Amino acid sequence: MAHEIIAATNAIVTLDVALPGIVWGWIITMNMWAKSIGTGIIFLAFFLLKKYPEQTAFIRLPVVAISIVFIHIFLLFTVVDLHQMFRFWHIFFYPHLTSAITIGAWMATGFVGLLFGMAYAIYIKKDTAMYDKLLGWTTLLAIPVTLYTAGLMAESTARELWQMPTESAQMILAALLAGSATMILMGGNKFSDPIKKDLGLVLGFSAFGAFLLYMSEYIFGAMKAEEVAATLEFVKGGEYTIMFWVGQLLAFITPMVLVCLSLKKQSYYLLKIAAVSALIGLWVSKHVWLVIPQLLNMS
Amino acid sequence: MQLGFLVDLRLCMGCKGCEIACKVENEVPLSTWRLRVKYVDVGSFPETKRTFTPLRCNHCANAPCERICPVSALHYIENGIVNIDKERCIGCAGCVMACPYGAIYIDPQTQTADKCTYCAHRVASSMMPSCVVACPVEANIFGDLDDPMSNISKYIQEHQGNVQVRKPEKGTDPHHFYVGGGNVTLNPLASFRGEGHNLFNNLTHLPIGGHH
Repeated sequence: MAHEIIAATNAIVTLDVALPGIVWGWIITMNMWAKSIGTGIIFLAFFLLKKYPEQTAFIRLPVVAISIVFIHIFLLFTVVDLHQMFRFWHIFFYPHLTSAITIGAWMATGFVGLLFGMAYAIYIKKDTAMYDKLLGWTTLLAIPVTLYTAGLMAESTARELWQMPTESAQMILAALLAGSATMILMGGNKFSDPIKKDLGLVLGFSAFGAFLLYMSEYIFGAMKAEEVAATLEFVKGGEYTIMFWVGQLLAFITPMVLVCLSLKKQSYYLLKIAAVSALIGLWVSKHVWLVIPQLLNMS
Repeated sequence: MQLGFLVDLRLCMGCKGCEIACKVENEVPLSTWRLRVKYVDVGSFPETKRTFTPLRCNHCANAPCERICPVSALHYIENGIVNIDKERCIGCAGCVMACPYGAIYIDPQTQTADKCTYCAHRVASSMMPSCVVACPVEANIFGDLDDPMSNISKYIQEHQGNVQVRKPEKGTDPHHFYVGGGNVTLNPLASFRGEGHNLFNNLTHLPIGGHH
């Protein structure tokens, strides 16, 4: 058995309970991914409607529709993941305000309310002024809705890979990445060249920023805490290595390259491929980052 | 009153009596544990030894599980015990993620979080936790940390310099102490944990239960 023993301690666990399983799996990945799109597109809509109010007037209805759909996907998967899903209402009647889950649930509820207000303003009342006013508040609320999952991860004390402020930055960048990618796909060829360029830049820079954070963790994380070192082993030759790099390639590297090429060649087609790649890759990279800290032995 | 636990690892002989007593007392389902005794083999043949470490909820004064619980299902009671209200729990598993000691699991029967409660129901009736009663060598010492004359306080005072908690760097302020512990017994990352068959068990992944 000597070959299986860690050299430093010469110790091996023999009679023991099972190895840790994944408690938060693909359902939570779906949750985070859909939330990134649902809030991200609001950020981008706010930006475009402020900068190009005339040319982007048509996005108001599709933006709110897409956000409502993806926020409800996020809510659906949130509830489905609960082991006692029919007790979800406890969050509102027995709230515990130190929990990021409680804060997130309340913020998300307010966010959904504002989205329906925006839908009412643009679809029923045809009132763009009301829509734009509500959009300001919705954008503000989209920030904590985006970030609360980072808070939740940071509250997971010994899963050191999930930490603040890195997770906050990752969540915001993921929302900008997903929001710009969705906007690129939604807008078709209706956007003017400067708008396409702006969307490409948001996509490219958010991919760059997120990639930078992942690589910083990948290279330097292990030097900081033994939990991080042990967790990163799963993506440094471990069972999630391929998935990790597929995620990085699709979510960040490919969009960065394609955005550069599209700006150089003025090709909106390349931008669309970058957007699709970013959306697929974001799911994969989020999934890996969600799962690997759960494989760490805590006891 | 702040109740706490101390385990003298020098006395523990790995009989798992505490583990079984806990299971019986609290009707802990198969494949899950509120308290377990970890066995770690150290060294290479013929210079080997086996260490035993009873592991349970640490009832931290700054409990991450209590903080993250969205519905206060995990809550403090006056004697410092971190208790759980299974009727209120929504099964979000936030506490499972937050606990740095892996002490919380999802009960496959109730689909709610569960963990050691220091047998709060027995303590309320002035009885000792079942694991304390079952221990044949009195390695489990339970009592009031606020009372300098309690057995646990005296034990801590007598063994100053050799009293440890698990993962002190997490700032959780555990109310669970060990005497005679070390890196092998208290640090889960210090030992290799293999999947597959060993002498008595087939180690595989935890069944999560429910819809997962």
